[in-house]
Amino acid sequence: MRTSLGIVRGLGSAKDGTEHFWVQRVTAVALVPLVVWFMASLIALSAGDHASLVAFLKAPVPLIAMLLFLATGFYHLRLGMQVVIEDYVKDEGMKLAALLANTFFCTGVGTAAVVATLKISFGA
Amino acid sequence: MSISKAAINRPTSPHLSIYKPQISSIPSITHRITGVGLGAGTVWLAWWLIAAASGPEAFATVQAFSGSIIGRLLLLGFTWAICFHFINGVRHLIWDLGYGFDLKSMEMSGWFTVYGSVGLTGLIWVAAIMMRGAL
Ligand code: HEM
Repeated sequence: MRTSLGIVRGLGSAKDGTEHFWVQRVTAVALVPLVVWFMASLIALSAGDHASLVAFLKAPVPLIAMLLFLATGFYHLRLGMQVVIEDYVKDEGMKLAALLANTFFCTGVGTAAVVATLKISFGA
Repeated sequence: MSISKAAINRPTSPHLSIYKPQISSIPSITHRITGVGLGAGTVWLAWWLIAAASGPEAFATVQAFSGSIIGRLLLLGFTWAICFHFINGVRHLIWDLGYGFDLKSMEMSGWFTVYGSVGLTGLIWVAAIMMRGAL
């Protein structure tokens, strides 16, 4: 989503118009049902053991919901932390380092969580 | 390009240290704190999933930590954090649609967020304890 003025003027200082704001909202909307599902699943699983968690993630709908929750959540986190860093880290070099660390953290931890979920689901 | 002194020393806003905490500002900063806190909590979530993927023994280690006093206190904190961020997040989305931005509605929804997040946390824990058949 870009404002017409943003397109004309080269999208403002960040060069991406209202894209960041918009995707933060899209992920927030998607997280509403996904977080409800996740919390309900945690309640249901809280009394269970390892076998019940594995059995749960072997079913297709919970697997899909879990992957969507992880992908959306980590994306939302990356966008959100970016704003926090831009607000508080003044030094340009430090800011760049923090933004890189944020992206690496979210991509790394997010990918690890996704791979673990897939391994549980498709493992023996 | 020369930068004037006034531009360098321009005041930063808002002056949090001299600002009275209000029902407008408290949920705002709490949304940020809970967002960052939940971000840190994703390490625990990933650890839980990775352990479950490695097998029952690794999983038992995570469950032992989660079941300890510290683990339970942290889980209680994270439950509240996600409830708060959830309710206040929906509040943000409603504002984005153009509703509820007058002072009276904003104050009401602010208090709703504060009490609602505590109430929802309680409900979730009661539900989880009931699942364990301990209630
Ligand atoms: C139902 C779920 C959620 C909703 C509706 C939601 C909504 C939002 C919204 C609307 C914002 C933007 C606030 C602003 O512009 O000031 C935001 C910021 C943020 N969210 Fe979420 N969120 C949800 C879940 C999460 C989760 C699970 C995490 C962490 C993994 C998270 C981390 C953050 C962070 C770090 C920010 C930035 C805070 C700031 O800029 O002050 N959110 N959220």
